[in-house]
Amino acid sequence: MTTKTHRVLPGFGLALGYTLVYLSLLILLPLGGMILKASELGFGQIIDIALGERSLAAFRVTFGASLLAAGINAFFGLIVAWILVRYPFPGKRFVDALVDLPFALPTAVAGITLATLYAGNGWLGQYIEPLGFKVAYTPLGIVVALTFITLPFVVRTLQPVIEDIETEVEEAAASLGASRWQTFVKVIFPAIFPALLTGFALAFARAVGEYGSVIFIAGNLPLISEITPLLIISKLEQYDVLGATALAVVMLALSFILLLTVNLLQWWAANRHKNNEPLEAAAGRAAGGAQ
Amino acid sequence: MTRFHRSISGLLLALVAGAALADASLLNSSYDVARDVYKDYNPLFQKYWKQKTGETLELKQSHGGSSKQVRAVADGLEADVVTMNQANDIEFLAEKGLVAKDWTKKFPNNASPYTSAMVFIVRKGNPKAIKDWSDVAAPGVQMIIPHPKNTGNGRNTYLSAWAWALRQKGGNDKTAQEFLGKLLKNAPLFAAGGRDATTTFMQRGLGDVLITFESEAEMIAKEFGKGNFEVVYPSLTLQTEFPVAVVEKVVDKKGTRKQAQAYLEYLWSKEGQENAAQNYLRPRDAELLKKYAAQFPPVKTFTVDEVFGGANKAFATHFKDGGSFDQIYVQK
Repeated sequence: MTTKTHRVLPGFGLALGYTLVYLSLLILLPLGGMILKASELGFGQIIDIALGERSLAAFRVTFGASLLAAGINAFFGLIVAWILVRYPFPGKRFVDALVDLPFALPTAVAGITLATLYAGNGWLGQYIEPLGFKVAYTPLGIVVALTFITLPFVVRTLQPVIEDIETEVEEAAASLGASRWQTFVKVIFPAIFPALLTGFALAFARAVGEYGSVIFIAGNLPLISEITPLLIISKLEQYDVLGATALAVVMLALSFILLLTVNLLQWWAANRHKNNEPLEAAAGRAAGGAQ
Repeated sequence: MTRFHRSISGLLLALVAGAALADASLLNSSYDVARDVYKDYNPLFQKYWKQKTGETLELKQSHGGSSKQVRAVADGLEADVVTMNQANDIEFLAEKGLVAKDWTKKFPNNASPYTSAMVFIVRKGNPKAIKDWSDVAAPGVQMIIPHPKNTGNGRNTYLSAWAWALRQKGGNDKTAQEFLGKLLKNAPLFAAGGRDATTTFMQRGLGDVLITFESEAEMIAKEFGKGNFEVVYPSLTLQTEFPVAVVEKVVDKKGTRKQAQAYLEYLWSKEGQENAAQNYLRPRDAELLKKYAAQFPPVKTFTVDEVFGGANKAFATHFKDGGSFDQIYVQK
């Protein structure tokens, strides 16, 4: 007797068809349209626009600040996620809800608020500026805005993974003689590393496209604190749709390459982890290193 | 029919009935800050039109950045009329064939029913003694303006300063560009828009001088109190125009040409002009200007046409990519 696997959704054909149509309408069609529009310009012209001094400076600011912000969140987001999962404390649910706030807040509101806080006479700015850190209206302000906007991506990606790690594994490592640091580096970190990379990639992707929160705190000075999305808007204000599309396509290509790299890295990390050691083995190895 | 379906069809019926109450409807696509002007103007026109023709008009407003609004109209937003703050925005629609080629001739005063001027807002007591454009470009002065490449407000400031520099002794394009270089160096940031510049200056206390529309000064007084700042009129500044036009393609399709034409014409009526004055925009009507003299001190102005040979030309020379603004920044 053959057993038929029971699926919740109706037929594979229908489900896949729906998926493809949905993704095409929402993602492929607009992106395809953009590339089609850009193809009105030659490849050389696109490169010329992308290599203009202002564009180059904007790409540097956009991708640099985004990488930095995603990096900061990868580190501090990990700590936040860990504490939210592992430690009980009063008001935990409230703190947990706070993490989602940057998701829900209109980005322009976030930008204006941050600019007010960090301006020379703002709550924070008045203490920070005398120390020599100008935040509002400098590239540093862009990093602050992007860090704020992308925090939930890292925390929300890591939380379920950290929840899945059984405390028994740590206990096993400890009972075999591993120090806390060894347990973290050899047992826990490899388990959460793929998720950390995913969070990093999501945060980075979100930061690259961010506009609303940044323009209010960036200062928008050409060659210094202009982000690429602002240049795109600037070109649209000049009715230069083609120029704007060219910049957008270059941004798309760069983001795609970076995300692909991160994904490959993540795939490699996940595979390595899966192949050679279940957590218990890792615990043993951590302990082995201790001897 | 389920309850859900009943409520949907009820809703649709209500919508149809609501539209049927008005004999015709007009959509005015306009720039951001004009919201108040037209909010006050629309009831005036509705009343006038009802008396004149017995027709009930529904008037809708759509506001946003000037160029963004125009792009929306070009992309198919069915606006009957456009009321903008930059002539080159309407020129763009003329090029696309949506607005008559000779749209500036269709109404008096270059099709601009009221004007404003670019003025300086300085801190109380004018501590840096800013009187004219040269003082704004002096070392150690901080100037707050919106981005000249992306906003009409910022462009107007740029052109005002350029024209002032041209009119100085030995002034030419080269000296004007040098002067603008010095002036722009004094900008610690470029605000995202006109209102953002105002907040940066008034609320965050950044900078010594804010350059903006005269009409904005009243908004600032209402919001932050009259005693907190002073308005300084430079020796020469730009008369900013607010051009209007009928969107030919849309009114032909909707059959609203008559109403749209009247809607814009009425801006030049006594009521329309008085409404502009009450919103701190300089009316074209000489008598009204006299009546509101306390509000509008005399100021020496020039128009973009006089100095730059038209909005399109000014735009191409100064703000297009590779124009004078880019040259100043990239050569630095």
